[in-house]
Amino acid sequence: MGEMEQLRKEAESLKDEITAARKAVQDLTLQDHVAGTAVVGRVQLKIRKTLRGHLAKIYALHWGTDSKLCVSASQDGKLIVWDSCTTNKVHAIPLKSSWVMTCSYAPSGNMVACGGLDNMCSIYNLKGKDGNVKVMHELAAHTGYLSCCRFLNDNEIITSSGDCTCVLWDIETGSQKTVFAGHLGDCMSLAVAPDFNTFISGACDYTAKLWDIRDGQCRQTFGGHESDINAIGFFPNGNAVITGSDDASCKLYDLRSDQELITYQDSSIMCGVTSIAPSFSGRLILAGYDDFNCNIWDSLKAERVGVLSGHDNRVSCIGVTPDGMACCTGSWDSFLKIWN
Amino acid sequence: MSTTNNIAQARKLVEQLRIEAGYERIKVSKAAADLMSYCEQHARSDPLLVGVPTSENPFKDKKPCIIL
Repeated sequence: MGEMEQLRKEAESLKDEITAARKAVQDLTLQDHVAGTAVVGRVQLKIRKTLRGHLAKIYALHWGTDSKLCVSASQDGKLIVWDSCTTNKVHAIPLKSSWVMTCSYAPSGNMVACGGLDNMCSIYNLKGKDGNVKVMHELAAHTGYLSCCRFLNDNEIITSSGDCTCVLWDIETGSQKTVFAGHLGDCMSLAVAPDFNTFISGACDYTAKLWDIRDGQCRQTFGGHESDINAIGFFPNGNAVITGSDDASCKLYDLRSDQELITYQDSSIMCGVTSIAPSFSGRLILAGYDDFNCNIWDSLKAERVGVLSGHDNRVSCIGVTPDGMACCTGSWDSFLKIWN
Repeated sequence: MSTTNNIAQARKLVEQLRIEAGYERIKVSKAAADLMSYCEQHARSDPLLVGVPTSENPFKDKKPCIIL
């Protein structure tokens, strides 16, 4: 068809235009700029706590805003809210579906959410009157698994799904406020910007997309990875995005210059990245891998400056406390470990 | 039917690419300088980077942390 061919040509031409525009602002590389900076010294973190209690693989963890409580999800069919200092279980929430893949702590601390192969996002009220934790809402509309969820506030949550879309939900009414469509592969992970105006998603189409939360528009798309993006996060100032992929590398994409600035990889690392988190200043990037370890990268110099070895199976999730005081790793070995 | 879908999809892609092409990009030198400057400014408050003294470490057994 004439129009199809025309559209195809226009798409190719626009892609070339984007490539050229990105190159045009490349007056210097990040490597050039940090050439005079020293690599940070070796980072050696110790295990301070081990959180024991799950009976099967842990798939997700998320810190509360108080930097003390965290929630974890395991395919033993439980969400556990931990007091990370005392290692006590504050709540042990049995799930309807044990095939959970993600969990999230609301910024207020009032709720947690989870979801997985049931294609739903279940919201639990932690502050119920009688002290029991109950399902408050079940957000159903995705036609694929729930890979990630993040609360904006007590009434809004964003989910990413194997159906290739992300959705902004009104929790109270259970309705989809906005559907973010555009990825050509399963959405695996999402992260909300520090200013809550945008969020980023990583998908099995090897790209990361930046979305405007209010108008639903995809503003930017970042390529370069050679396989699924499993993990994504914001650099603390909100101006850059870090991704982790099955291609064994992590990348940093700068939002304002709209391009990849640096790749974190090593020929000795041949397994996928499952999870990623920046340290408080952004100078360190902690990434969990399939080979049971977590590598710590100097984000500016792209050199490996530390390793966290302590798990007996894949590190599936990682999170740094909002105050930067510690990092928590969760693993298929059923344990969570707190390091600093 | 599928041809109409394909054209609709192709139109959407072109529309999306137009939006992305129109993005106003800053120079990489500025982006890099800002990243570096942010890291420098916050380095001293980054516990994983500079270390945590035992007395101030909430995860060390000595000091209990209270949830208010």
